[in-house]
Amino acid sequence: MPDDAAKSIVAPVTVVAGAGQVGKVHRKVDAMERMRGITRYTDDLVLPGMLHAKIKRSPHAHARIVGIDASAALAMPGVLAVITGRDLPVPYGIIPWTPDETALALDKALFVGDGVAAVAAVDEDTAIAACDAIAVEYEPLPPLFDPEAALAASEHNPINPYSRHGNLSKEVLLEFGDVEAGLADAPLVIEGEYFFEGTTHAAIEPHCALAHVEPSGLLTVWSSTQVSHYLHRELAKVLGLPAHRIRVIQPPLGGAFGGKSEPFDLEFCVAKLALATGRPVKLLYTREEVFYAHRGRHPMRMRYRTGFSREGKILAMDARTIIDGGAYSSFGLVTTYYSGQLACSPYVMGAYRFHSRRAYTNKPACGPKRGHGSVQPRFATEVQLDKAAVALGIDPIDLRRRNDLGGDAKTVNEFRIGSNGFLECLEKVEAASGWIERRATLPYGRGLGVAGSTYICGTNYPIYPNAMPQAAVQICLDRSGRARVFAGANDIGQGSNTMLAVIVGEELGLPLTDIRVVTADTDLTPVDLGAYSSRITLMVGNACLEAARKLRKLVTGSVARRWGIPGDRVVLAERLALDRENPEQHVALAQAFAWAEEDHGLLGEVGSYNTPKDRHGDYRGGTIGASPAYSFTAHVAEVEVDPDTGVVDVKTIWVAHDCGRALSRKVVEGQMEGSAYMGFAEAIMEQHVVDPGHGGVHAGPSLLDYRIPTFLDTPELHSLIVEAPDPQGPYGAKEAGEGPLHPSIPAIANAIYDAVGIRMDTLPFSPPKVLRALAQRRAAEAAGQLAPHKRGGA
Amino acid sequence: MLRLPGFEVATPRTIDEAATLLARPGARVVAGGTDLLPNLKHRLEQPSLLVSLAAVRELGEVVVDARAGVLRIGAGVTLTAVSEHPLVREHLPSLADAAGRVASPLIRNMGTLGGNVNLDTRCRYVNQTAFWRSAIGGCLKSEGNVCHVVPGGRNCVAAMSSDCVPVLISLEAAAVLRSTAGGRELPLAEYFQADGREHTVRRPDEIMAEIRVPLPTGPRRCAYSKWSVRKSIDFPLVSIALRFDLAADAVDAAITAVRVVVGVLGSRPREVTQLDAVIGQPLSDPKVAEAIAARVHAQCKPLENVPYEAPYRREMLAVHTRRAIARLVAEG
Repeated sequence: MPDDAAKSIVAPVTVVAGAGQVGKVHRKVDAMERMRGITRYTDDLVLPGMLHAKIKRSPHAHARIVGIDASAALAMPGVLAVITGRDLPVPYGIIPWTPDETALALDKALFVGDGVAAVAAVDEDTAIAACDAIAVEYEPLPPLFDPEAALAASEHNPINPYSRHGNLSKEVLLEFGDVEAGLADAPLVIEGEYFFEGTTHAAIEPHCALAHVEPSGLLTVWSSTQVSHYLHRELAKVLGLPAHRIRVIQPPLGGAFGGKSEPFDLEFCVAKLALATGRPVKLLYTREEVFYAHRGRHPMRMRYRTGFSREGKILAMDARTIIDGGAYSSFGLVTTYYSGQLACSPYVMGAYRFHSRRAYTNKPACGPKRGHGSVQPRFATEVQLDKAAVALGIDPIDLRRRNDLGGDAKTVNEFRIGSNGFLECLEKVEAASGWIERRATLPYGRGLGVAGSTYICGTNYPIYPNAMPQAAVQICLDRSGRARVFAGANDIGQGSNTMLAVIVGEELGLPLTDIRVVTADTDLTPVDLGAYSSRITLMVGNACLEAARKLRKLVTGSVARRWGIPGDRVVLAERLALDRENPEQHVALAQAFAWAEEDHGLLGEVGSYNTPKDRHGDYRGGTIGASPAYSFTAHVAEVEVDPDTGVVDVKTIWVAHDCGRALSRKVVEGQMEGSAYMGFAEAIMEQHVVDPGHGGVHAGPSLLDYRIPTFLDTPELHSLIVEAPDPQGPYGAKEAGEGPLHPSIPAIANAIYDAVGIRMDTLPFSPPKVLRALAQRRAAEAAGQLAPHKRGGA
Repeated sequence: MLRLPGFEVATPRTIDEAATLLARPGARVVAGGTDLLPNLKHRLEQPSLLVSLAAVRELGEVVVDARAGVLRIGAGVTLTAVSEHPLVREHLPSLADAAGRVASPLIRNMGTLGGNVNLDTRCRYVNQTAFWRSAIGGCLKSEGNVCHVVPGGRNCVAAMSSDCVPVLISLEAAAVLRSTAGGRELPLAEYFQADGREHTVRRPDEIMAEIRVPLPTGPRRCAYSKWSVRKSIDFPLVSIALRFDLAADAVDAAITAVRVVVGVLGSRPREVTQLDAVIGQPLSDPKVAEAIAARVHAQCKPLENVPYEAPYRREMLAVHTRRAIARLVAEG
């Protein structure tokens, strides 16, 4: 009876091909809350009896801690606890092989801003006053700010006390083919030295953590983290608590970009102070502290030799790189590999060698920033190609085409590439920028530059070795016609919650409003490794797809049984279950879910995803940087260089990015624009440096002194989506969050050359540097060593 | 987030009430607060009482005083209002331009003309947190006794960074100060002194009530040229005000008087001198721009007190001077 009633025809329905969610334009599932200002970030959380914590930091770049006297602080009214390094002595590190930091300094402070003690007090002002009242006796040690000087210094007194090789944090030397022979045979060898000065993430939300201990002993830590699972593990390790007594929750984030992808001092401190006081404890970094926490893009000095045939083919490439790591390892082991391993695509190379050394220095530790480890070598690689194109008289886009690796290929370092839309990316930016017509006619001062790149969609091997799935998702349907999705994935603003809703909506015929996505709560959601290396769309997306498809099968089966038709005739779309061959036969999705629940009990399914393990070379380190799939990008940048002031005005960047399949177009375009913006900012203005002349203080730890571009400074950005679906990705999807950043810097550098004939091999391309290079060029022209650039001999 | 220190706030309704409050020890005047509050967070000042001018209506007027031949702009007029005010735009376009280029729209909505004129001097070694300064041992303007800009220097050279001040001096503006002792009026050209710790002659108990800018009495061309790394938010790194009085209302008319004032050098703005050679020359003569740019370059020596190398900024003073004049000429 109810079956017949539900079958009753309400109105004619047409099933439109592609009526699902994939490839549509969506409002992000959390957009309206954010726009209305009602999203509750970590710092918005307030618990009864909550205390505030502050960390006392070292004013010395390198100093032995002789003694800490906290008695005056503890005697202050309103101060409940003071902890030092002795209270949290277990070393940790995001990479299990390099645990080389403690929550607070034990015996030595390693940079200006290193934490030495923490206070919990009734309010922030009392906590600040208590920090001031803590007396720390230091014995200053000679600091080392230059990585090559650090590497040359004695092995006996390394900066980092846990270091096993002096100030050498990591060294990787890998060679594929015979590089020296390749270079010797090459008719053209371009040699270049490049310097990337280092930048930070500048997420608008400063790091924040809140800890609370239940009477049962359960410790809950809310943190603005992008790796709740690793934080969970490291908290257990450092606090000496079993993991089941700790719950980590990631509230909505105000940006991360890699700057929140490992545990930080504040999370351990609030947890320890909450355990010590029995009261909730919160700590919000000041902007200055965010600069000290850093983990931004590593400064790299890169010496490259690239050999080319007369036709512009890359015969061999040799890269020697010094990496300035700062005080701790962070992800540095991976960074050191990435600095070489990710440079072998999208081009065919005859032979390739890289030798990268990462040094400890007395500076805030570097780590992963959007495009981890590979933005700097991409700058060097792509400028080398541009120099070769000029030397050989080949169009720079054409030179890249000639070296294209293609799809279903293997890189020189033995990574298996699946789908590859790089040629289409080049075509798109070439056409959209008017490259061929305009580049030939732009006047002196105006120029176009191109660069290409590739990036990973997660890594095949997780950070800590294990054979369990890298991603897992649970989905529950209920009789009201809704779906609940549980995933450990961290939405850091990149839209991964929306991506999960799109997949569930696609498979189950639901609008995004009917899907609740619950993420990043270690008590409620399955383990996920976090938001880094652009892994979520591919890995968590695949896990979600598996679970959603299982549920779809249950639902369509129950409907089909009631209608007496084969299961594959039932389509779920637009809140309905329909008979594909007779759309007038349809029923509300809520009813379809109810039928399935009648048949199967509670409708819940899980999906998990693990990576292929056969897509890399069989050599030590061959797994690092190997990914299930690779994205591809090309940029053309147009610049105007003011020859009198050296100011580079980036007018437009055309960004073509192969994301496999755009699951949600606006989100993909947003990632492409944001990436290009971030790269442009690093090219033109950002500088994360310390001042060696003043004891290694940060050159300006504020958003007034660390300049990120405003809207007025930002170029026109044109996002051109390219889709080369990869069998490894959900619906063919690959990443879009990091890859599109890579070509920004070299495309701008190459455009500057096209505009005025100078090579900017040192970042950032600030006006004084540009002006000096212009003066050198003019002097060389006056001496007859160079022909006038683009000025027809005038 | 950085915390403000504790202080009391008073909100008087008249200048006289405000002056009475300001006579108390530890009192400090505040208008928009866009300069003061960050400095308080950085613990550069610790006043016990902030005397807010927000409710003092007399400070908010812009009126033409035809008899005195001046435009009177209340010190409490916001920078947005100055930049948009029809009288300012009509008579003093370079001032409207400068006011409209201070920081960002949100800051201009809060910040006032009086506040911008009294903007504290700035230095890369001063405008940092108390913790940061403790790492370098402070300096002459903060907790120490050395200068990091001029090693061995005994005089603070923190930079006068107001956008409006060079323009106002070029327009021969005067400031009206009020205190319980009465009032005084003095030319802004005499208002600043070469000490970054106390860079104006205003006594702590004095309130800047208004700025009086003489109305033009003949044809002239004025400009303000600012360069900063970003097109918004930033303080100026290059800051030049130019004023040319002309024999007739055309750019090829002869220059009868010229004033060039440069900011962001040391603690006081510099009025460029020895410009007599251009008097009598047509503004549109390219030699005029060259001559003035050369004088600017010769007389203005930026210091390493603000970002970007001083030699670069010195070179840019000449470039931007030349360009500002070229723009005036092109505009006709």
